[in-house]
Amino acid sequence: MAIEFKPSPSLPPPSNAVGAVAWIRKNFFSSPLNIFLTIFSLYILYLLVPPTIEWAFIDATWTGENKDACTAGGACWAFIVAYFDQFMYGLYPQSEYWRINLAAIMLAVLIGMFAIKSINKLFLSIVILVIYPVVAYFLFAGGIFGLEVVETSLWGGLFLTTLLGVVGIVASLPLGVVLALGRRSNMPIVKSVCVVFIETVRAVPLITILFMASVMIPLFLPDGLNFNKLLRVLIGITLFSAAYMAEVIRGGLQAIPKGQYEAADAMGLTYWQSMLLVILPQALKLVIPGIVNTFIGLFKDTTLVYIVGMFDLLGRIQSATHDGDWLGTTTEGYAFAGLIYWAICFGMSRYSMAVERKLDTGHKRN
Amino acid sequence: MTQQNMALAQLEPGEEAIIEFKDVNKWYGDFHVLKNIDFSIKKGERIVVCGPSGSGKSTMTRCINRLEEHQKGQILVDGIEMNDNLKNIEAIRKDVGMVFQHFNLFPHLTILENLTLAPIWVRKTPKKEAEEMAMHYLERVKIANQALKYPGQLSGGQQQRVAIARGLCMKPRIMLFDEPTSALDPEMIKEVLDVMIQLADEGMTMVCVTHEMGFAKTVADRVVFMDAGEIVEANTPHEFFDNPQHDRTQLFLSQILNH
Repeated sequence: MAIEFKPSPSLPPPSNAVGAVAWIRKNFFSSPLNIFLTIFSLYILYLLVPPTIEWAFIDATWTGENKDACTAGGACWAFIVAYFDQFMYGLYPQSEYWRINLAAIMLAVLIGMFAIKSINKLFLSIVILVIYPVVAYFLFAGGIFGLEVVETSLWGGLFLTTLLGVVGIVASLPLGVVLALGRRSNMPIVKSVCVVFIETVRAVPLITILFMASVMIPLFLPDGLNFNKLLRVLIGITLFSAAYMAEVIRGGLQAIPKGQYEAADAMGLTYWQSMLLVILPQALKLVIPGIVNTFIGLFKDTTLVYIVGMFDLLGRIQSATHDGDWLGTTTEGYAFAGLIYWAICFGMSRYSMAVERKLDTGHKRN
Repeated sequence: MTQQNMALAQLEPGEEAIIEFKDVNKWYGDFHVLKNIDFSIKKGERIVVCGPSGSGKSTMTRCINRLEEHQKGQILVDGIEMNDNLKNIEAIRKDVGMVFQHFNLFPHLTILENLTLAPIWVRKTPKKEAEEMAMHYLERVKIANQALKYPGQLSGGQQQRVAIARGLCMKPRIMLFDEPTSALDPEMIKEVLDVMIQLADEGMTMVCVTHEMGFAKTVADRVVFMDAGEIVEANTPHEFFDNPQHDRTQLFLSQILNH
């Protein structure tokens, strides 16, 4: 009779390889060099952290009418408090702030609804991408339902920054997809148009494009035909990021094994079906880090609209530091701007990592 | 090709061909990969294509659903000519299922979604009906309990059985197999071959590129041997294995059978 094969039982790892002490020893004190680096880093932290805390919190002044109130020697946060509304809303009339707040809450609620399982995601996406922008536009600009008209030249602060960033992000992704597909197309004309567009736009600094959008285009347009500067700037930013986005996505398309294209073709899917159902979902997932990189770059690049006379968050802060009452508060202003930009970009980064984890279906390839 | 083999590559008068190659030639750049392929397959026939690597056997098979384009000659599938006409190609691809060496399941979709994708989008089958059909085929390949998993969570043999079920969901008239067991561990080859044998028993027209000579012996109506882009010999398995006509065929058989 044959001998029965019984696999040996799995055992836990030895105890000196697990636990906090083992982890610290392994990661911080494993070699003389490592011990030195650990102590050196602690020393640098000792030099940096206590003075920063002292400046930002212990010696800081939080209230006051002007710079003279800040006598404690630390940060003059009173400046930020005094100008907070302008930093958030620009010159938008104070009585109408609720319109921006309402639009922001609506967007947050709509996005939050993605977490509810029973809701049709496609329907929700259409609401967010088609209906919401129209509602938000009329909320911001006014002019219907008795809402007071607010000129776009008054829009500013974090509101303008967010608007530029969100519209740029939402519009540049699909445009980038189309450009990437076009660049890989077999049709020579489509391909050349996409290559020329991508290579031209990528080779030009964003500042040039913004100048073109705000100064040059109106010169070429006939009298009477002129459209809003904000819209022109938005188009400029969108086209600029779309060129970068296209190359990121092309990288993803190239990383999809040929067999995936063949399997989709072999079952009779049309070009657009195979792209939308098979290739793009995989390609986009693969390049989420690159896409988010471009998003974060775009979001920070929106500060350049300062050059063409629009006052986003950074622009508002910079002009506020020239206020005679608050001279010498540049550090606080930039620290505040840095904190907000960091918080938003870090948020995007963490969110993208969560999305990556959620879309992970085990082993990537077959 | 000898006269006798030539005759076997063609059909008897009165028989209806479902796939016809008429003097098909294909080049990759300057490389002449298919040379004067003249070959007909009738409905319900099981064809095994074998030959050394680079002989053009995969390329020939992939010309049937135009994953590869031929530059000269004519290929008729179900009476429709394969040419640049996208409508023709899409019409044929609906009726021709394909199974690949590397499975090519869609890793971002569940097993069930892999199976229902083409029926829903190409055949416009209602989702519920497509899912019922998918479960039916998954049961036939004995893998229904994995329907909600992703391809990456399955073994190679299971993935290939799913790929076969995915092809069947389109209710094809022809199934193409491009080295379906070449990427599998030895222990998994049998489970895939069993499914293919079952399919052959049901009368499916099959074109199968494979090195599994046991499969060829039991299942094939004809075995086609290719080398250097040409069909060297096409014969019944009995004749092919026991009485190969061409010395190239003899050499090939001696190399794969005697070790």
